Amino acid sequence: MKVALWKIAHARSGDKADRADIGLFAFDAETYAVLKREVTRERLAAHFAGFNTGPVELWPLDNILALKIVLNGALQGGAARSLRMDNLGKNVAAQLLRMEIEAPADLPRLLVK
Amino acid sequence: MKTIRVGAGLGFYGDSWRPVRASIERGGVQYIASDHLSELTLAILQKDRQKDPAAGYARDAVPMLTELWPLAAKHGVKFVLNAGGLNPQGAREAIARAFRDKGWKARIATVSGDSVLERLDELRAAGEPLAHMDTGAGISGVRDRMLFANAYLGAQPIAEALARGADIVLTGRVADAALTLGPLAYEFGWKWDDWDRMAAGLTLGHLLECSGQGSGGNFGSAGEWAKVPDYAHLGYPIAEVSEDGSALFTKPPGTGGRVSFDTIRQQLLYEVHDPHAYVSPDVVLDMGTIRFDDEGNDRVRISGASGAARPTKLKIVAGYQDGWMGTGLIGFAWPEAYAKCAKSAQIIQTLVEERGWAVEDTNVEYIGYDSLLGANADPTYRDQLNECFLRMTIRTKDRRVADGFGRMFPWLGLSGPPYVGSMKGIQPAKELLGIWPTLISREIVEKNVRIEIENI
Repeated sequence: MKVALWKIAHARSGDKADRADIGLFAFDAETYAVLKREVTRERLAAHFAGFNTGPVELWPLDNILALKIVLNGALQGGAARSLRMDNLGKNVAAQLLRMEIEAPADLPRLLVK
Repeated sequence: MKTIRVGAGLGFYGDSWRPVRASIERGGVQYIASDHLSELTLAILQKDRQKDPAAGYARDAVPMLTELWPLAAKHGVKFVLNAGGLNPQGAREAIARAFRDKGWKARIATVSGDSVLERLDELRAAGEPLAHMDTGAGISGVRDRMLFANAYLGAQPIAEALARGADIVLTGRVADAALTLGPLAYEFGWKWDDWDRMAAGLTLGHLLECSGQGSGGNFGSAGEWAKVPDYAHLGYPIAEVSEDGSALFTKPPGTGGRVSFDTIRQQLLYEVHDPHAYVSPDVVLDMGTIRFDDEGNDRVRISGASGAARPTKLKIVAGYQDGWMGTGLIGFAWPEAYAKCAKSAQIIQTLVEERGWAVEDTNVEYIGYDSLLGANADPTYRDQLNECFLRMTIRTKDRRVADGFGRMFPWLGLSGPPYVGSMKGIQPAKELLGIWPTLISREIVEKNVRIEIENI
């Protein structure tokens, strides 16, 4: 079924020059395996189309159940020349948590009430 | 077995130092590592220095140390701060004045030599390309507009200043994590080519450099953020480090916030590019081998960082003048709050075009709707919003256009759509800066690094 990332993961983002970078974290190993499979560079590029102008980079970190995502060209040249309200890209992680992926209905976080 | 406790100071210029008191009083720290500089801060300090040559440092270091020094001295706590900014000697003078007024004594070191702005032409002549790290563009197009250019120095000069007995080490631009790695390398006598220990110290410095973000602040999540206890009294993180570089990561007892597997792994990856090659002046860190063992009760064991040899080049961050931003803000209440904002944006756009202003970019955002989420905002309730604010910004090379843009908006109050709010003044033109990251051979910078010590 379709599941939005905010229901099964947490994330923080920051900036370096024109790059927005995001750490995406599964709460458990089962969900991490799903994130690794579903959150691909192609999906990320589509999710941030129009926002990010450069290539997307992605690294899985099995030791901390995390994906490291870098959007190379998401900040209008950098925080000090950006015209945006969110010039520091602090909310790029929130944007990511709105992405929907295909996931089993019985992931641990989905069963917690 | 000897352990060293390093506590986080500030995480940016303007951060609160109130939580540092708990780290000194109850956290058992020997060092406070305080990070006052972001990529942008040097631009702010450059403007200060243009107005006053004695300025150019992070001024919050003066009241911070004035408030905390008696307590720190009593507990034998030393401070390592990059608050020197563009003028570490100026920072020392300001702190020395404040201390002398109170009759306090301290041994203060400054670390300088990171600025290369005045040497850019010499460096190019010597064969340093200074091309943009990411785009490869040459520097000549922006050279005349450069406002600052500083190399990120590493931990060695900090360790040396401590070895010479400094109580307070004031640096200019150093890698943020060097503020922690310096004291650790000094205390344990780590060898500078012991890459795994360097990597361990860098990891801990990185976890400490954003103050409350290492102990439950800005915990990016839906719902979980609300379970972080007592934000009002959030304690800054502390690393209790052993000689082998492993550490217990925690925070002072009786403070708010949370140190857990979840909160610190968010900070580990924060503002990191390739996590298998996190480049610092002292070591290249691979985060893929780090272990976090959460013991509960705000205690996480950290081990396993691995390092590779430090880079032969140092990173420079430079900033150049890159035009002006004009800003207009106007809000409307229901009904049709969003539609009225959109109409206002059209009206302003028409007038800008009629005037023939040279505008390079226009940015239209709706505060209360999409100003933080952009195209990922959910449109379901867009047309039923209780209220909405139009924020419209332009980029222009002409400062007068940027100023004039903001002045267009108040007129809408009487001659535009109804139920207007927020006539709270006009926003003046804001100077925009481009950041120019580049690389330079480290020996060219390091031969100019100076450590000065003064007893006051």
